[in-house]
Amino acid sequence: MQTKEILNERSSYRFGFSTPIEMEEFPKGLSEEIVAEISKRKGEPAFLLDFRMKALRRFQEMAPPSWGNLTFDPIDFQKIRFYSAPKKKQKLSSLQEVDPEILKTFKRLGIPLEEQMRLSNVAVDVVFDSVSLGTTFHQKLKEAGVVLSSFSEAVGSYPELIEEYLGSVVPIGDNFYAALNSAVFSDGSFVYVPKGVRCPIELSTYFRINDKESGQFERTLIIAEEGSYVSYLEGCTAPAYDQNQLHAAVVELVAKERAEIKYSTVQNWYPGDPKTGKGGIYNFVTKRGRCAGLRSKISWTQVEVGAAITWKYPSCILQGEESVGEFYSVALTTGRMQADTGTKMIHLGKRSRSTILSKGISADSSVNTFRSLVKIAPRSEGARNYTNCDSMLVKEECAAHTLPTIEAANGTAVVEHEASTCRMNEQQLFYLQSRGLSREEAIQLIVSGFCKAVLSELPLEFAEEAKKLLALKLEHSVG
Amino acid sequence: MLKMTDVHVEAEGKEILKGLDLTIRPGEIHALMGPNGAGKSTLAKALAGDPSLSVTRGEIFFLGRELTALSVEERARLGLFLTFQDPVEVAGVSNFEFLFAAESAKRRAQKEECLSEESFRKSLLEKMDFVDRKEEWLKRGLNQGFSGGEKKRNEILQLAVLKPRLTLFDEIDSGLDVDALKLLAKTLKERRTPEQSYLFITHYSRLLQQIEPHFVHILLDGRVVKTGGPELARLLEEEGYEGVLEEADIQK
Repeated sequence: MQTKEILNERSSYRFGFSTPIEMEEFPKGLSEEIVAEISKRKGEPAFLLDFRMKALRRFQEMAPPSWGNLTFDPIDFQKIRFYSAPKKKQKLSSLQEVDPEILKTFKRLGIPLEEQMRLSNVAVDVVFDSVSLGTTFHQKLKEAGVVLSSFSEAVGSYPELIEEYLGSVVPIGDNFYAALNSAVFSDGSFVYVPKGVRCPIELSTYFRINDKESGQFERTLIIAEEGSYVSYLEGCTAPAYDQNQLHAAVVELVAKERAEIKYSTVQNWYPGDPKTGKGGIYNFVTKRGRCAGLRSKISWTQVEVGAAITWKYPSCILQGEESVGEFYSVALTTGRMQADTGTKMIHLGKRSRSTILSKGISADSSVNTFRSLVKIAPRSEGARNYTNCDSMLVKEECAAHTLPTIEAANGTAVVEHEASTCRMNEQQLFYLQSRGLSREEAIQLIVSGFCKAVLSELPLEFAEEAKKLLALKLEHSVG
Repeated sequence: MLKMTDVHVEAEGKEILKGLDLTIRPGEIHALMGPNGAGKSTLAKALAGDPSLSVTRGEIFFLGRELTALSVEERARLGLFLTFQDPVEVAGVSNFEFLFAAESAKRRAQKEECLSEESFRKSLLEKMDFVDRKEEWLKRGLNQGFSGGEKKRNEILQLAVLKPRLTLFDEIDSGLDVDALKLLAKTLKERRTPEQSYLFITHYSRLLQQIEPHFVHILLDGRVVKTGGPELARLLEEEGYEGVLEEADIQK
């Protein structure tokens, strides 16, 4: 291993490096011209340009939300470059054609692509900055009839589907950041699972921010037709830059009758300097799924361990009768991180059910807020919700907040809420250490025990990655 | 093995041990008796390194190392083991995970290769003769929902796994019925290797009748006021601390 690489390995943020790849320059700032230019460069149809323009107008009328339990300087949107893409973007047919610099990046991340393709049964759609580079396992998916492609490709190949479903779950004016994304989104993923098809492999995408000062605005759309099933994994890491990077993604899921979508995330954006909080990613994400049909099901599982600011509420609209929404979350904040995360379960269908399981861990001087809304519409007879949110405090200065809201407009609904807060207790640590475990090992054991119910919802390979991440993140936080 | 000289220990600014002397050699079984508040548990916890206690004066040597210079886990890896009076519960961590983590930590410290989970499980099951439904026991959360007696048995299981040089039994007999006590004493006697030393901290001579310690110490107000053989425990049973106290005063 080269000395430089060893130094990189040793820096407290293991994934904090950037790849020197030439970027296609794009002017900073936000205007109709910029939005039109994005659409033009991507060769988009008229309906999409129209969509972007409407969104831009809505965005310009809106103010950033101030209700979050978050403190940060206002973002100057005129200083952000809203589009960036690797220069060499000709269509690649195999990994050998990918820029060697990019392949090296993945190796450093410990996710060697070629090995992943060989060893695991995972199709990998790599988003490097904003343009997708390589899509694998196409053959296997093709046989099953499942579409996994970059969003841009899908616009070309399936314009009717995009036109029908884009903005159907998260309307362009839904919120400030969703409006921004709708105006300037660069790329993302598109998944279509036809009727009755059980997707034979886990779909996985690794995201990575590379260009300095380039906000990344991903757009993901997953459609599961009647009786189909798909599991989608999303994981991210980012380089350590001393400049806040804005990330405002939108994810829309549609599950038809008896369809099931499982969406898992491990989020490990650069959290900023642990002492000052400087330089971390601002992560404003709108994720929402619509359980459109009878007995449809959507599960969100997230492990949030990075970003300076997290503002994220993966939600379910339970429209279908007996539809099911699930939200499993681990949010770990260390250093000066601030997380305001949770979920919304909107019960519209009769006998719809939802489960919310949240584990928040705050360490150092971080602030960790859980926020939820369980809403039962008047017509949602016999709806059920179970919510359990637990918080763990690792140091004196950190804070944990729990802000649940329940609005039940139907008397037959059953809504349960449980919450607890505990401190990682000195006596627990003493006990485990007295059996020979180091303080760090003791903490890891306690934390993975605390999060077990959520981690067990992750696909196996992700659960292991998540456990390691949690341990890695807490190592520096416990003195 | 253990040598304590003029040891003073404070808890929250209050002095609990006030000049304690105690020596334990390899293979010896000692018992420490004394009324409530004499400082028995404080002694055990201070040796294990409880962060809420501070040794303010005196020297403690364990296997030639100055004990107070070592962290809690270093003491454990060196071969010191404390059975807790009321072991803490850790939700979500199974007994097996915990035992495997502890065993692996010990092996790493001794630069030995760690066992695979499967071979560890095998060796573990052999050590669980005093536990019913072994697999279920291992799956349960660490001490979670355990009865007093179950917690004590779980401590003994850890002892069997870690095979420490010196074990401090802090009221291991409390909450155990006569049969359980007999079984415990039998297990401990059978399992002890000639180099392993035990220190029993107890209120009652019942356990000591089974264990037959080489030395019995009486702790009073933070000091060892009397040391004798097993007969001292019997004397205590008959005359109580007051009777023995008077004798101690006379000896002074």
